[in-house]
Amino acid sequence: MAPAVIDVRNLQTHIVTRWGTLKAVDGVSFTVAEGETLGIVGESGSGKSMTCLSIVRLVPRGAARIGGGQVLLDGDDLLTKGDAEMQRIRGRKVGMVLQDPMSSLNPVFSVGMQVREAVAMYHGLRGRALTRRATELLASVRIPSPAARLRAFPHQLSGGMRQRVVGAMAIAAPPRLPIADEPTTSLDLTIQAQYLGLLEELQQQHRFAMIFVTHDLGIVARICDRVAVMYGGRIVEIGPVRRIFKSPAHPYTKALLDAIPRLGARRDLLTTIEGQPPDLVRMPSGCAFAPRCPDVMDRCRVEAPPSTDVDAGHATRCWLHVPA
Amino acid sequence: MAAEPAGGTLALPEVVAAPARGRGRHVPWIPIGIIALFVAAAALAPLVSPGDPYAQALRNRFKPPVWEERGTWAHPLGTDRLGRDMLARILYGARVSLAVGALAVLLASSVGAAVGLVAGYYGGRVDAALMRITDATLSFPVILLALILAVTVGPSFLNVVIAISVILWARYARVIRGEVLTLMQLDFIAQARIAGAGAWRIITRHLAPNTLNTLVVLITLQVGYVIIVEAALSFLGAGIPPPTPAWGSMIAEGRDFVTSAWWVSFLPGLAIMLVVLAFNLLGDWLRDTLDPKLRQL
Repeated sequence: MAPAVIDVRNLQTHIVTRWGTLKAVDGVSFTVAEGETLGIVGESGSGKSMTCLSIVRLVPRGAARIGGGQVLLDGDDLLTKGDAEMQRIRGRKVGMVLQDPMSSLNPVFSVGMQVREAVAMYHGLRGRALTRRATELLASVRIPSPAARLRAFPHQLSGGMRQRVVGAMAIAAPPRLPIADEPTTSLDLTIQAQYLGLLEELQQQHRFAMIFVTHDLGIVARICDRVAVMYGGRIVEIGPVRRIFKSPAHPYTKALLDAIPRLGARRDLLTTIEGQPPDLVRMPSGCAFAPRCPDVMDRCRVEAPPSTDVDAGHATRCWLHVPA
Repeated sequence: MAAEPAGGTLALPEVVAAPARGRGRHVPWIPIGIIALFVAAAALAPLVSPGDPYAQALRNRFKPPVWEERGTWAHPLGTDRLGRDMLARILYGARVSLAVGALAVLLASSVGAAVGLVAGYYGGRVDAALMRITDATLSFPVILLALILAVTVGPSFLNVVIAISVILWARYARVIRGEVLTLMQLDFIAQARIAGAGAWRIITRHLAPNTLNTLVVLITLQVGYVIIVEAALSFLGAGIPPPTPAWGSMIAEGRDFVTSAWWVSFLPGLAIMLVVLAFNLLGDWLRDTLDPKLRQL
């Protein structure tokens, strides 16, 4: 197996609120190897975005802080870096694309100025060479007539086009680890499919490790090699996509998979997961999913389950799988 | 159900043209013209002035404007109590008013915008500290500060500019900070940070250019205000010291003679009104055109 590009170990990110400290990310560990895509799925507030922001150390100032763990990028712990060094790593080694293509470009500058700025920052190019590189970059994300698009302003481009421009800037370095935080949520389905195809293509080309955050299991099945399911700030199950889709170990993963509408399935109603996502301030003392779990046992309410291997590379946090 | 009109055809609702506002408004050529006229007068005062604004002619005191009974073309707008030519003094007075307006607003807006950008970007304690200073500044009357300066170090052009800008920057700081807080919520700021941009780059490349519209509107609206403050200070004797012609002090000099020689006070007052009104109208238009969110300014 290729060496891990990113190795997150026991990451803790806490948010201090008026009602108490909540563990937005609570002991998350995972690795992503070169050329591999890890999907992170979970409902809102499960800690998936916070995990990504913790990797680049951009958790909201004032409210949140990283309380412990290690984030090893090619063996180098990012959590011990100084601010100046971290700033050099962002964009150059770790890239990120956010959800909203409508506001992720600066409205007062042309696309060209913004793309050129990114390229200049990473490669120190100037003049003609800079413009040529920027044009190539736009062409590489399948933007038609890239030279003309460089002169356009963000409001003149469609959402999908803007998201491609942001994507182009994120891979300008190119980074070792691009992180996509629900980049396709606000795109319509055809554009979404095109964008995913593009990501796959770019990954094959650059061989980077990629993290793809989404709540759409369909996307996971399409482009991810492995998937981590998050619930209440913890990874409750992680493993190869095929394996997890075929035999999910954790009751939450099972419930998620059951909730996907399937073409041709003779069902009048979609299955839903009973209950509400947990209140992170008043976390149950045991397993976070216990109050909603169909297979709940007495032990689940008292003690949090440890991470247990159910198969090679497939682990879950559930008492059902802990050998007695 | 509404009754169908006779003939069975549905009448189309009459299309009523929406009243033009905001972007559709006409370019305010009259205010622009007035401002251009006064700027030209100020810049070219030595060339267009009919005479020396300081030259006294005690035998020609209180000559009325040319359209009055005893008026002469030698002094189209009459003379004051020392026989100085009113037209020359109003033209030279434009220099003072516009120079104070431009300088004070320039100083105040650059300091205020910088404070607003820093407060809005860093947030937290930096923001709290800067905004408390801003509040304290706004609670201090400009006129009082200028009077204190005039009494302690003596009235001068520089002191007027300092007194006004020392207070005025706070308005810019507050408005720009508000703008920055909104901008900070947008993804392109987060995206810039993720791309490895530092504080300086984000402030200068991403935040500042996006607040420019607001700044331009605020500057235009403030010029008129500054001109009024300067006139008030000069009127009180705490502004531009005589004999330099300033509209405020000209009004003050003429107020004892309003019943017999109205023009000595009235004409500089009219000049103030025209300039301030022109700047306010232009500012209103700019606000509606560039930044309709700013209606409360």
